Amino acid sequence: MATTRAVAVDVASLDTFPRLLMEHARQRPQRPAMREKEYGIWQTYTWADVAARVRALASGLAELGFKRGDRLAVVGDNRPRLYWSVAACQCLGGIPVMMYQDAVAQEMAYVMLDADIRFASVEDQEQVDKLLEIEADLPNLERVIYDDPRGLRHYSQPFLHGMDEVLEMGRIHDEYHPDFLDKELDKGSPEDIAVMLYTSGTTGQPKGVCQSHAAFIAAAQGGCAFDSLGETEDILSYLPMAWVGDHLFSYAQALVAGFTINCPESAETVMNDLREIGPTYYFAPPRVFENLLTQVMIRMEDASRPKRALFGYFMDVARRCGADILDGKPVSATDRLRYALGKLLIYGPLKNVLGLSRIRVAYTAGAAIGPDLFRFYRSIGINLKQLYGQTETCAYVCLQPDGNIKFDSVGTPAPQVEVKLADNGEILVRGPMLLKAYYKRPEATAEAINAEGYFMTGDAGVFDSDGHLKIIDRAKDVGRLNGGGMFAPNYIENKLKFFPYVKEAVCFGNGREHVTAFINIDLEAVGNWAERRGLAYAGYTDLAGQAAVYELVKDCVEQVNVDLAGDAAMGDAQVRRFLILHKELDADDGELTRTRKVRRNFIAEKYAVLVDALYAGKTSQYIETQVSYEDGRSNMVAAELRIEDAQTFPPQARKAA
Amino acid sequence: MARQSGDVIVDLRNISLRFGGVKALTDISFDVREHEIRSIIGPNGAGKSSMLNVINGVYHPQEGQIHFRGQLRRRMEPHHAAEQGIARTFQNIALFRGMTVLDNIMTGRALKMRCNFLQHALYWGAAQREEVAHRLKVEEIIEFLEIQSIRKTPVGRLPYGLQKRVELARALAAEPHILLLDEPMAGMNVEEKQDMCRFILDVNDHYGTTIVLIEHDMGVVMDISDRVVVLDYGRKIGDGLPDEVKNDPDVIRAYLGGAH
Repeated sequence: MATTRAVAVDVASLDTFPRLLMEHARQRPQRPAMREKEYGIWQTYTWADVAARVRALASGLAELGFKRGDRLAVVGDNRPRLYWSVAACQCLGGIPVMMYQDAVAQEMAYVMLDADIRFASVEDQEQVDKLLEIEADLPNLERVIYDDPRGLRHYSQPFLHGMDEVLEMGRIHDEYHPDFLDKELDKGSPEDIAVMLYTSGTTGQPKGVCQSHAAFIAAAQGGCAFDSLGETEDILSYLPMAWVGDHLFSYAQALVAGFTINCPESAETVMNDLREIGPTYYFAPPRVFENLLTQVMIRMEDASRPKRALFGYFMDVARRCGADILDGKPVSATDRLRYALGKLLIYGPLKNVLGLSRIRVAYTAGAAIGPDLFRFYRSIGINLKQLYGQTETCAYVCLQPDGNIKFDSVGTPAPQVEVKLADNGEILVRGPMLLKAYYKRPEATAEAINAEGYFMTGDAGVFDSDGHLKIIDRAKDVGRLNGGGMFAPNYIENKLKFFPYVKEAVCFGNGREHVTAFINIDLEAVGNWAERRGLAYAGYTDLAGQAAVYELVKDCVEQVNVDLAGDAAMGDAQVRRFLILHKELDADDGELTRTRKVRRNFIAEKYAVLVDALYAGKTSQYIETQVSYEDGRSNMVAAELRIEDAQTFPPQARKAA
Repeated sequence: MARQSGDVIVDLRNISLRFGGVKALTDISFDVREHEIRSIIGPNGAGKSSMLNVINGVYHPQEGQIHFRGQLRRRMEPHHAAEQGIARTFQNIALFRGMTVLDNIMTGRALKMRCNFLQHALYWGAAQREEVAHRLKVEEIIEFLEIQSIRKTPVGRLPYGLQKRVELARALAAEPHILLLDEPMAGMNVEEKQDMCRFILDVNDHYGTTIVLIEHDMGVVMDISDRVVVLDYGRKIGDGLPDEVKNDPDVIRAYLGGAH
């Protein structure tokens, strides 16, 4: 197409997201930009469709009184129209504020007030109801736009607008003022704030991280070039839009590279949608990979004996040589032959079942991934890699290069990023992807960025001899046992969580004689295990307290201890005693963050009785806990928890370096 | 709530139903208005399900008249009821267990299909177009009831609460004017009940469907009904707004066993 080539601009030179969007609409108007499943069928929006709708939506927002610099709250599942809202807001020089869709009304009120929200673009009745609940406390809120009108027909509040109405309003506005939006686009600068993402609040109240267009575009360009991502990639966008990972992969990189984002039908259908779309580029936090593997393992345990034997044999082959084949390292011809056969019989079908057949690049981040879990995916031929970054760095600090993967590291510093370690092991980073500021918190910004312009990540890490960065833990969580041994709780918890039976683990040990742990069992995996043994149980609390389950978990703990004994630095931090909690840790009870990381200090305080009992050498402890349900009701759960000892092993003599 | 009840759509006058010597219903009169949620409550064996069966023509009362949209209804068979826009769900789930959710709901469209057996067997031309149109309607209902994730799952593998929802979906697929629900929440946990309540209210609101409901959970009945009729031993002992019925001494006696 000569005409398009004549006006084609180098996408790499475009410096704001709206300009990128309009350029894609010129260069590849008919390529799919977004897909959404409606009425059971995948519907496609081309780049031209998306650009036209974003244009209309932006004009409609302007008609409603949205001004340059205003903030637009975006709340809901991954819906194309919410992504359009983000782009439309940016067209007008506004700042989209991404919010977690499962936050309760009070949590939403905090962000809405903190960010001085005047406009909100929300998914459905659920979110509208939450906003109405807190509306009285939000004097600044002026307009709420909703995507899905279902159930909202009788809502008569004048500040509620259906998105169709706003789109129509915008089309008319655009007709009468055809150059309005182009002028607004021209006013945009790469240094403008492109988006505000809130930190999860693992430490204190969430803070609004202001990221510029330049920062996110730099991070996205770096990532796309690093993995040579092009317009033909397909990604499944199912992680919360408020999470930096989704914003980078589903929004920033899609707009830089021009690839297709696919929105699942609903949260429950993600697994089906994954299979139907077969993404080429996939991003998931470790727990998703963990769940996938757990499900595979559960189904394999139920399979017939010959199938299990076949699976076991080829998994051994994969473990031995799969990762090396993927990395292009030399492997013997017989092993290659075995692996090829395994690919035909096991790995291929397995990948197909998981919806990962077409994967070119898969990333994981957000928490450390168990090396065994990581190795499993790579060994069956999925190019799973780790990256490292945080909200403040556009999730872009370290990436693992193809063919040079170390299981226990997060890779080498990404293009344009400088990484160095402080004296206490804290990781410091500098580069174009750093945050501009925390919203309205200059002192927090000053604390986070040091005099030389390095962002202090708060993570502790070490570089190995090849320049790969290894994350140990949060810098402030790394402690010492009384005996002087290093105690990195996350490191141990992740080892425990690799077992399919263990869903969450919380370790204690800083300033103590030895390490102890709380365990949450995985109800699905242990439930299945119990069923096969004919163990009757009446729910989580009952199952968690059974002696046989304790034996099962004890086995896992002891295997971790064997592992730790072999680790030079961590040999003293073996888990001496543990208990299985009577309830599942839950974000609604404040025990996990919204991204499902354990809040160790909160848990230690809330269950202080249990921690004391662990260290006092008791064999059981009574506890009562309040649990809150999604509908706001709460209930008491009480149980007499048993506490067990686990065997520890003599740490191996430290090898001379 | 903006929901408006309209004209009387079903008027039951002096209905008596006997099975041999057993009097199931004795001289019962009440009406159902368009767009309302009308509940029938009463202790076990009060004749609630019989009442529903009278409305949709499964049972034929020995005495009394049924006026449907102002016209006296003669002896009627269940399929006539279906053609007149009355759909129902059952106390004991009556789905095709081996078929998928989608296929089960499609059966609810059977009455609306116009092509003959041969055309459907060949699945070409008109038959194919017809199926696509019906599938669209079914997909709307699937989305409405939020059962997308189980679209292709055989019904027999689903938990009870979801099967109930599928049954509601199948009834809705017939695009009924009147929906008869026989204990839609029996055996459900609190969360499933809440979901079901929301769906019933949504159906009533969105499609304007008139709903006649049998339910044991008083909390649910009082919350979602516009009017309630109370049966006891085949007789009507109360009729009115939820609050009126709740405070009616006869009703309290029937439920609590002669406390007054």
